[in-house]
Amino acid sequence: MELLLDSLFNGVAIGSVLLVAALGLAIVFGLMGVINLAHGELMMLGAYTTYVTQLIFKLPILKPFYNSYIIVSIFLAFIVSGVVGILLEKTIIRKLYGSPLETLLATWGVSLILQQFVRSVPLAYGTGLVISLLIGLFLPTTFPSKIKESINFKYFKFSSWIFAALTGVLTGSVISSSVSKLSRASARNVDVTAPSWMRGQVEIIGTAFPKTRLMIIVITLISVIAITLFLNQSAWGMRIRAVTQNRQMSDCLGISTEKVDIITFGIGSGLAGVAGVAVSLLGSVGPNVGGNYIVGCFMVVVLGGVGNLLGTVLASFGIGIMTDLIGAGRLLSIWPDMPLPLSNTINFFATTSMARVMIFALIVIFLQFKPTGLFPQKGRMVEN
Amino acid sequence: MRISRRILAGLATASLAVTATSCGGGGTSGSFDDTVTVGILHSLSGTMAISESTLVDTEKMAIEEINAAGGVTVGGKSYKIEYIVEDGASDWPTFAEKSKKLIDQDGVPVVFGGWTSASRKAMLPVYESKDAFLYYPIQYEAQECSNNIFYTGATPNQQSEPATDFMYKRSPAAGGDFFLVGSDYVFPRTSNTITKAQVKQLGGKVVGEDYLPLGNTEVAPIISKIKKALPEGGIIINTLNGDQNVAFFKQIQDAGITPSSGYYVMNYSIAEEEISTIGPEFLEGHYGAWNYMMSIDTPASKKFAANFKKRWGADRVVADPQESAYNMVYLWKQAVEDAGTFDDNAVREALVGQKFDAPQGPVEVMPNHHLSQTVRIGEINAEGGFTILEETGVVLPQAWNQKHPSSKGFACDWTDPSKGEKYKL
Repeated sequence: MELLLDSLFNGVAIGSVLLVAALGLAIVFGLMGVINLAHGELMMLGAYTTYVTQLIFKLPILKPFYNSYIIVSIFLAFIVSGVVGILLEKTIIRKLYGSPLETLLATWGVSLILQQFVRSVPLAYGTGLVISLLIGLFLPTTFPSKIKESINFKYFKFSSWIFAALTGVLTGSVISSSVSKLSRASARNVDVTAPSWMRGQVEIIGTAFPKTRLMIIVITLISVIAITLFLNQSAWGMRIRAVTQNRQMSDCLGISTEKVDIITFGIGSGLAGVAGVAVSLLGSVGPNVGGNYIVGCFMVVVLGGVGNLLGTVLASFGIGIMTDLIGAGRLLSIWPDMPLPLSNTINFFATTSMARVMIFALIVIFLQFKPTGLFPQKGRMVEN
Repeated sequence: MRISRRILAGLATASLAVTATSCGGGGTSGSFDDTVTVGILHSLSGTMAISESTLVDTEKMAIEEINAAGGVTVGGKSYKIEYIVEDGASDWPTFAEKSKKLIDQDGVPVVFGGWTSASRKAMLPVYESKDAFLYYPIQYEAQECSNNIFYTGATPNQQSEPATDFMYKRSPAAGGDFFLVGSDYVFPRTSNTITKAQVKQLGGKVVGEDYLPLGNTEVAPIISKIKKALPEGGIIINTLNGDQNVAFFKQIQDAGITPSSGYYVMNYSIAEEEISTIGPEFLEGHYGAWNYMMSIDTPASKKFAANFKKRWGADRVVADPQESAYNMVYLWKQAVEDAGTFDDNAVREALVGQKFDAPQGPVEVMPNHHLSQTVRIGEINAEGGFTILEETGVVLPQAWNQKHPSSKGFACDWTDPSKGEKYKL
């Protein structure tokens, strides 16, 4: 019983890391069909946001609230990655809808730029830049409609960008002068330390579980529930689903597909930022942190069936449980006296490297029989 | 069009030449009779840049020190050392390509370079075919002995073997079972093969081993295996690389695998630099084994650390790989002065037997192109350094490991033409 519980928990823990990382991609790639190779780097930005938040919460004014920095950073990471994602959509991806190969190459280029950006720009000024983007992109949308419709709106827009740039530079220099660790650029990996209430273990039914893992499972659950509710219950969710099903028809019926694209991409990118917070709890934060997850993310989305959230959920937990079963050699503990050739085979695959080989092989075989994944998109698509 | 392109190319070469010379080392000029240019080849970009740039800093410092003390005196003439720094870009073929450039185009008499075994293996054929000379400063898995490479880092018998001995006989977990964890590439696998043979000789038991593919940070399956194999605590030998250590130590602490519950980790790739990245709060009470530790309380060691901080900033630390890099520059200088020429073959002969009072204590070049060194076992403390627990006498290097099944009974000796790279003892 304890063994089963332990195994199940490990599988769910591994799976939830995969799931939280793949969730954003399930929306961007699954719903919009955009192959975004910079997804991992949006995760990385989320992880760096956690690091910056942690340092800012160490300042004397915020010190009393230090223990809650991780909660705050989840929201901040969503905003930071979301804003960068929106900028990416507005400047690059929008021009490339319908040409997957170009999108792939362009987003790969963006991923390299983002990696080098965090290596060579001090994080304080990076933060300032994100704040500028945030203000510059959203301030004009808050103007009353009278101004928006006026012919001089472009001047208002222009001046709000100037205001945004100034605020960005100001925050950058304030952070840079108050937190010395953020004032210099460094390619070195940095460390996020979980607050004390999240370290150590909790005991549930006689088995000890690491708290950080539980936290990641909770973050994942909340993200999945929130995104499902958003897609199925809200008006914008309905519009998103309408546009993914039939873009031209939705356009004709008066849905602004441009806005829908921005919102969808922004949410997908924001979720990548949340994933960044989660992975920063497990390992170190560095320019390459996202790249380590990107293959896994695509694997989960393809296995689950493109365009289906439930498929993504099941696929990631499936892969998680399989990784634990194979990689930790669980079958041997369940059935200790199995025939020798079989137990030798299982032992051979019971290392982390070989388990990965085995899982990739299983996925390839599965996709041979079901090329569209666990839950293929039903219904007649316009393209078909 | 064609002409303008040529001019452009010419301009580019000229500007390259200017940058190359402007890279030349500092120091006062005028008092020297001539200059000699050496090559420095490490990764300045890409994933290895973080580690390898510290070596470039150390090598520059050693060269500046030598220049300040009058440079190299060869055949009655004093030479100022200048250097060309090339970027291996964390890409192994690039290391080979830049080596060719340094040897053929720049005509340097010696190259100081490399970190990963993969980069060394890529460079080796270049140096052998051109009969040039590479100085390599990193502790590595050995099982190699080239006439054209000079290794100043530790071989396994100068690091892992004394460490395993300590863990099995004198650590708080003495007599316990072993679990081996490493990144999935050549150094951890070779090192662990040696450890397994040694543990068997000592009468202990290795109850499990696992390798994490490079770049993977999912250690949950490894943790369940450790808990299953060592339910009551035991000895963990860790050869994980770089950032994977962060994931490993964060997660084993959360899973209750700590010194206070009887689990002791011996690390072969964690030096002072890495401790500050991972965070001492995760590492306190675990162990490390190195030839040089910053906490060595001798004037030579303190001076080395102080000079480095003075040159590169008070927050910088020195660690074992940097000490090896520092030693190799000085050993080259001594060998060149003894040989009375920069000619490779004469320097190679003069090199064997060179002694140097290194920050770690005296070192000497052995006939197998490795160094005799002192081995230290340290416990990681809350301040992010090592508390030195044990110090061996001088340990001779084994290029061919005497515990590894494939190399048992072999040795290397380049001073005797009948013996060479690999001969039977």
